[in-house]
Amino acid sequence: MFEQGDFPYELWVSRWAILQGLGTTVLVSALAIVLGTILGTFVGLVLVYGRWVSRFLVRIYVDFVRGTPVFVLVLASFYLLSQIGIQLTAFQAGLLALVIFCSTHVGENLRGALLSLPRGQTEAAKAIGLTFPQIFAYVLAPQALRQALPAWVNTATEMVKASTLLSVIGVLELLLVTKQIISRNFMSLEFYFLAGLIYFLIDYAIERAGKAVERRVALPS
Amino acid sequence: MAQPILKIENLHKKFKDIEVLKGVDLSLETGDVVSIIGSSGSGKTTLLRCVNMLEEFHQGRILIDNEEIGYSGPQRKARKETEIARQRAMTGMVFQQFNLFPHMTALRNVTLGLTKVKKLPAAEANAIAEKWLARVGLSDRRDHYPGQLSGGQQQRVAIARAVAMNPKVMLFDEVTSALDPELVNEVLNVIKDLTNDGMTMLLVTHEMKFAFEVSDRVVFMNQGRIEEEGPPEDLFRSPKSQRLAEFLKSSKF
Repeated sequence: MFEQGDFPYELWVSRWAILQGLGTTVLVSALAIVLGTILGTFVGLVLVYGRWVSRFLVRIYVDFVRGTPVFVLVLASFYLLSQIGIQLTAFQAGLLALVIFCSTHVGENLRGALLSLPRGQTEAAKAIGLTFPQIFAYVLAPQALRQALPAWVNTATEMVKASTLLSVIGVLELLLVTKQIISRNFMSLEFYFLAGLIYFLIDYAIERAGKAVERRVALPS
Repeated sequence: MAQPILKIENLHKKFKDIEVLKGVDLSLETGDVVSIIGSSGSGKTTLLRCVNMLEEFHQGRILIDNEEIGYSGPQRKARKETEIARQRAMTGMVFQQFNLFPHMTALRNVTLGLTKVKKLPAAEANAIAEKWLARVGLSDRRDHYPGQLSGGQQQRVAIARAVAMNPKVMLFDEVTSALDPELVNEVLNVIKDLTNDGMTMLLVTHEMKFAFEVSDRVVFMNQGRIEEEGPPEDLFRSPKSQRLAEFLKSSKF
């Protein structure tokens, strides 16, 4: 049972590699979510409040990115950028692709949430004399963020799954590490299942955490 | 004659090509309670929204306490956003749909303008808000969210939110139209009570009996113009214009 060729043994042997892969997956996903959310917030704000030129340009960016498979984005950011003299490591290139992908989702999502707020909210805020930045900060943003939260949690889980695509450009994240282990011991069923289980657990944790936050910020009625 | 607190001169307003206000003149002195009645589409809500600059207007002037609002000078130069925000605070508006901020407690709904616009310290803002919530009969609901309040209670909080800012003129836009019939009176009673303070009010309403009881003057609007204006007794008992007579006949009074 604990000899070479047995799953527990092989797992023990490759434990550090798996942990390292897991670490990379978590790191790249978390960075992509954080940076993508920051960029996406700007995207959403421009889509709602920007002048028409900036709105038009950002709209093209969003539609273009969302119309492109993430896989293609990953390949493009790794291979195309080096063609024009921008040398990124595989990790950086992969992260860039994920951030861009994430920003369009967050941006669209925020736009939808802001536009779904009743016009009366802005009007009531105007009526008591608030300026636009105040209206946004105290009235619109708190409501829009609550609305956008479930979709944002969903985007976060998507980012973890999309990070597997970084394996094709050689980022040693969980999936690529798993493949390497399998190429050594040929236990594809066991180790792919293990990888799948780990991805599930990460996303499940994100989902649960999201639900908990949703419950915390829910408005009493 | 005293200076009017609100003066509307030759107000014109278009939506695209349709002229909804075709030259409205109206003036209120401090303490006046004026009700605007008329069928839907007559421009009464639009008139109110112009006074609060929720709508732009294309000709004419609106002066509040002798200050021209929204625009300045004969060129009608639009005022800056911050200027407009300050001028908006000179009027208080209560909406048909309440428009309370759903993510804030009743108290916070009232204090928001006090702390952010008037920059009052929190303790002072809370005291003012509590005073007004008591006045509308909702002291025990101060920590409730709008979702936990009935329509009538929400509208009373909305009234407290507006009057707490101590505006020069209060605007009421069909404030009972979205309420269940049994909740209408609690809101009307609050407004009636506020008229005792000498508050200047401009109300758009479909409640004819209420308009008759509280108003110093009643204005009948028809197709973007003021068709008839006068004390409620004259307008309701002996309308001069044919249209007003027809309107009164078709509305329950």
